[in-house]
Amino acid sequence: MEEEWDEDGPEVVKRFMYVNRKAPYGTVYALEMLEKVLIAAAFEQDVHVVFMDDGVYQLKKEQETKGINMKNFSPTFRALEGYDVEKLYVEKESLEARGLTVDDLVVPVEVLSSQDLKALMDKQEVILTA
Amino acid sequence: MLLHTVNKSPFERNTLESCLRVCEDGAGILLIEDGVYGALDNTVVADLIKKRMGNIKFYVLGPDVDARGLGNQTMIDGIETVDFGGFVDLVEKHSATQSWL
Amino acid sequence: MKFGILVNEGPFQHQASDSAYLFTKAALEKGHEIYRVFFYYDGVNNANKLSEPQADDRDLVKLWSALAEEHKVDLVVCVAAALRRGIKDDILAPGFRISGLGQLIESGIVADRQITFGD
Repeated sequence: MEEEWDEDGPEVVKRFMYVNRKAPYGTVYALEMLEKVLIAAAFEQDVHVVFMDDGVYQLKKEQETKGINMKNFSPTFRALEGYDVEKLYVEKESLEARGLTVDDLVVPVEVLSSQDLKALMDKQEVILTA
Repeated sequence: MLLHTVNKSPFERNTLESCLRVCEDGAGILLIEDGVYGALDNTVVADLIKKRMGNIKFYVLGPDVDARGLGNQTMIDGIETVDFGGFVDLVEKHSATQSWL
Repeated sequence: MKFGILVNEGPFQHQASDSAYLFTKAALEKGHEIYRVFFYYDGVNNANKLSEPQADDRDLVKLWSALAEEHKVDLVVCVAAALRRGIKDDILAPGFRISGLGQLIESGIVADRQITFGD
């Protein structure tokens, strides 16, 4: 396995998409997904991060988690740029369905209609969801 | 074209709806685990699939259907039943797999 | 074809690991290669050799181990997810190894198809 990695690992750049559909805190999925995104960036892959359905709530501004004894991980989304993860997308329909606008989000994102998201998703080589 | 898998009951979650919203025409959708309830005909959610039947190829995992006592229930016309070997073939023949959870 | 498998749930709360196991077995029977099975989230519990299912229940920990033994399938448990859940080397079932999340990304890069089983 190690040898194979040395041969064609770092030269290969695949399109990776992470589809975040779950709200933060209620379950662990959002947090551990973020860890996966950071690792993929370290492997210098072409990383696309999508937030749709309740996943858009991961990006909500003004999260204050002291009262539930959990770590607020929303600032980490602002740090993604430093790891060269710059392709952040939010599905327009999910945002609007929740009465949110981009002004409610902690990071700048590209808002895509489900039509545009379809096309982008179809081009991916590896899709990881939670 | 992608293969999408859906493993949630459409009676309980919006997973199938979300999948359909961003599923390209020509793609495949395989219903597995609790997702197989979406394959039943004569339900309040059957139209979700029926509306896209001509454009998307739908499959359902037979062992999950049988396990849930649905083997003799009427499935939506046009849905193809596959076993785990068929599941593997579907993953192979599509460009990538998106698992809707 | 080379497949990479990601398992996000343990054996006792969700069907995901069963589905992943049956998929993996079917792929091997068809002559495909399983590049790696990566266990993440509660999926790390699939590696716990201390688990004792009831006698009439299937034992996924043993089933995965047997698959690794028979087909040399690489079963990798995520170190960060494992430590959180108390899964350490001394309670790993045969065939499993603990490593970093990078192994999942590498699987995505090397395998022809990467598929997720989860909740």
